Amino acid sequence: MKITMAHGSGGKSTSDLIGTIFEKEFGDPVLSKMEDSAVLPGAGRIALTTDSFVVTPVFFPGGDIGRLCVCGTVNDLLMSGAVPKYLTCGFILEEGAETDDLRKIARSMSETAKEAGVRIVAGDTKVVEGSGGVYINTAGVGFVPDGIDIGAENCREGDAILISGNLGDHHAAVMSRRMGIENTIVSDCAPLVEMVNAMKQSGVHIHAMRDVTRGGLGTVLNEFASSSGCTIELEEESLPVSEQVRGFCGVLGLDPLYMGNEGKMVAAVAAEDAERAVACIRASRYGENAAVIGHVATGERILLLKTPIGGTRVVGPLYGEGLPRIC
Amino acid sequence: MTEIRDFLKTYDGPSVRLMEVCGTHTAAISKNGIVRMLSPSIRLISGPGCPVCVTVTAYIDRLVKLCLQPDTVVLTFGDLMRVPGSAMSLNDAKAEGGRVRMVYSPLDALRFAEEHTGTTCVFAAVGFETTAAVYASLLEEADRSGIRNFRLLTSLKVMPPVIDWVCANQGGIDGFIAPGHVSVITGSKIYQPLAEKYSIPFVVSGFEGEQLLETIYALVKLRGKPRVMNLYPSVVREEGNEEAQRAMSRCFEPCDAAWRGMGIIPASGLRLHGDFARFDAGSDGLLEDHSFNTNCRCAEVLTGAVSPTECPLFGRVCTPQTPQGACMVSQEGSCYNYYISGRGSK
Repeated sequence: MKITMAHGSGGKSTSDLIGTIFEKEFGDPVLSKMEDSAVLPGAGRIALTTDSFVVTPVFFPGGDIGRLCVCGTVNDLLMSGAVPKYLTCGFILEEGAETDDLRKIARSMSETAKEAGVRIVAGDTKVVEGSGGVYINTAGVGFVPDGIDIGAENCREGDAILISGNLGDHHAAVMSRRMGIENTIVSDCAPLVEMVNAMKQSGVHIHAMRDVTRGGLGTVLNEFASSSGCTIELEEESLPVSEQVRGFCGVLGLDPLYMGNEGKMVAAVAAEDAERAVACIRASRYGENAAVIGHVATGERILLLKTPIGGTRVVGPLYGEGLPRIC
Repeated sequence: MTEIRDFLKTYDGPSVRLMEVCGTHTAAISKNGIVRMLSPSIRLISGPGCPVCVTVTAYIDRLVKLCLQPDTVVLTFGDLMRVPGSAMSLNDAKAEGGRVRMVYSPLDALRFAEEHTGTTCVFAAVGFETTAAVYASLLEEADRSGIRNFRLLTSLKVMPPVIDWVCANQGGIDGFIAPGHVSVITGSKIYQPLAEKYSIPFVVSGFEGEQLLETIYALVKLRGKPRVMNLYPSVVREEGNEEAQRAMSRCFEPCDAAWRGMGIIPASGLRLHGDFARFDAGSDGLLEDHSFNTNCRCAEVLTGAVSPTECPLFGRVCTPQTPQGACMVSQEGSCYNYYISGRGSK
C-alpha cells in the first residue's frame, strides 16, 4: 500500500497506520497508551538531544534510515557520558511512500533500540506532498551519572586520541549506492553502547568523546582543538581505513579525514589509560579496528597531521562538500 | 629517499622557484605536507592548472543563464557551483529556481541526458587535455547513440601556451613540475620546446608524496638545464596516448581562450568543430572577466607572481566559506589549499 495524504489527516487512516506499523513494531507500553506525552521515571542530570535523518536511499548496504535514526541519537547521548534511555520519533512521509518499506524501517528501529537498550516512547506522523520520501526525526533522553564530565573543552596535554575503527565506511557505502558503483563496502551504522560502557567500567578517564559523523574526523578534532585551546597531532599512518574505502576515496578524490561514519567515535583519554581504552573497544562489538591515532599537545588551536613521507600539514575543518577531482 | 629528504631540507645553494602547474599536484603538495620539508631556498609556487580557477566570469554567467531557461538543466562538477559570477553563482541560481545538477563524472551527465529526453542537458565542460579526451569519447558515444538533447558549454584549455605565457610574462621560474594527468594524453614531448626556449627543466611527476619529493630533487639538480624528464613512466609515455589525441582532433580544434586574470592567450583553448559543433551550447565569445571583489589578486596568484597569502583578502574576507575568487572555491585551487593546509605560514 502507498501512503496518501489521508494517512496524515489525523483521522482513522492515521491511527490505522500508527496502530498497524509503529505501535506494533515498537511495542512499548507507554507508547501504546497513545497519550499526548509519555510520562516516565527518571532522576539526576538529564541529557537531551535531537537529530533529523534525510538520507537517500533509505535502504543502503549495512543499514537503513531506521537503524540510522536510532544509532545517531543514541550515540549523541553516549558521547555526553549519558546512559541513553528514551527516544521519540517524528516521521515526515511523502505521498507515495510504501507501507511495506515503512514497516521494514520501523522494525529496524525497534531492533536497533533493543540492541542499544533504549525505549521508543513517543512519536508523530505527518504526510506531505512529494514522491515517496521518508524523513525521520528522533529525540533522545539519557541520564548522566554523577562524576562524569565529558566535553570537547576537556582535552589536556598528553591525552591520547583514539578512534574506534575504520574511517569513511558509511559515507562510501551510501555514495556508492547513489552513484551505482558496485563494491562490497557496507555502512558502519551501529550503536556504540557496548564500547562506551566497557571503557567506563574499566575506569578509563574519558575527557572528550564524539561520534565521527558528517564532517568527519578532521572536523571533530578541529572542534576539540578549538574548544580545549590546544594542538592535536595525528599520525596519518595510524589512521584505520579499509583498503576498499581507501581505493574508493582515491578514485573520487575524497579524503577519509572528512568522510562521515555512523558507528565510530573518537575520544581523548588520559595517556596512561590509552592502552586499556583501546583494549576495551577492541573487545566490544564494532570496535575491532580501534587504534591510538595521535595525542594532545600544547600550542595553537589546530589539528596537525604527520604524513607518511615525514611532512606535516594543518588539517582544517571540512569546507563545502567532498568532491571528485576533475583534471 | 632519506638522502633526497636530507638534501631538500638542508639545501643552501642558489634559491630555486619551482612551479607546480597542475591543481592535483597543488592538492597533493598540501596533503603530504611537503612545503615544511623544504629548505627556505626552495620555493614552490602554484600555477594556472586548476580548470575551475582559470574560468572567466562570462562562462559562469552563461551557465547561470542556461540553468534558468525552461526545459534546460545544467550538469556540472560540484566545485563550479560555488564560483561567483558577475551577479550570482550556480548555487545562487539554483536557489532562484535554476535547474542545476551536480555530477561526479561526465558519463553520469550523458546517462542523465538519455533518461531525460525532453530536457536539454548542458554539461559544464571545463578542463585541460585530460578531461578534453574524456569529453571526446563521450561525444563520440552520444553521436553513436543518437542522443540529441546533450550539449557541452566548453571552457577547455591546453597547457603549453599558458606555460609559455607564464614564462614570458612572469619569469623567475627555475623549473616546472609538469602535470601528470595531462602528460598521459599529450606525452612528455610537449614540454621540450618550452624547456629549450627558456632554458629550464620540466619534470613530469606522479602524485604520491615520494614521487613529488623526487621530482623537486630532480628539478633542483637540473636547474638551468633545458631538460624534460619523465618521473611518472608507469603511465606517461613520450608520445602520449595517440588514440586519445586522435579522438580529440575529431571533436575539437584549437581556439583563442580567455584565462581568469591573464586575458586572452592565442591557441590556448579547444572548441567543438565539424559535425561535433552541433553539441555546442554557445561557448564562443565567453571572454569577459572581472573580479567579484576588486582587491582580489587571483590573476597574480594564478601566474605565481604572488603567493595566496600575499593577497589582502586571503583568510580575512576570502575563505572557503566566503570565496571571493575561484582559487578559494576549488579543491585544487591554490588559495583553498594554502588555507586548509597552512601552506605559506611556515
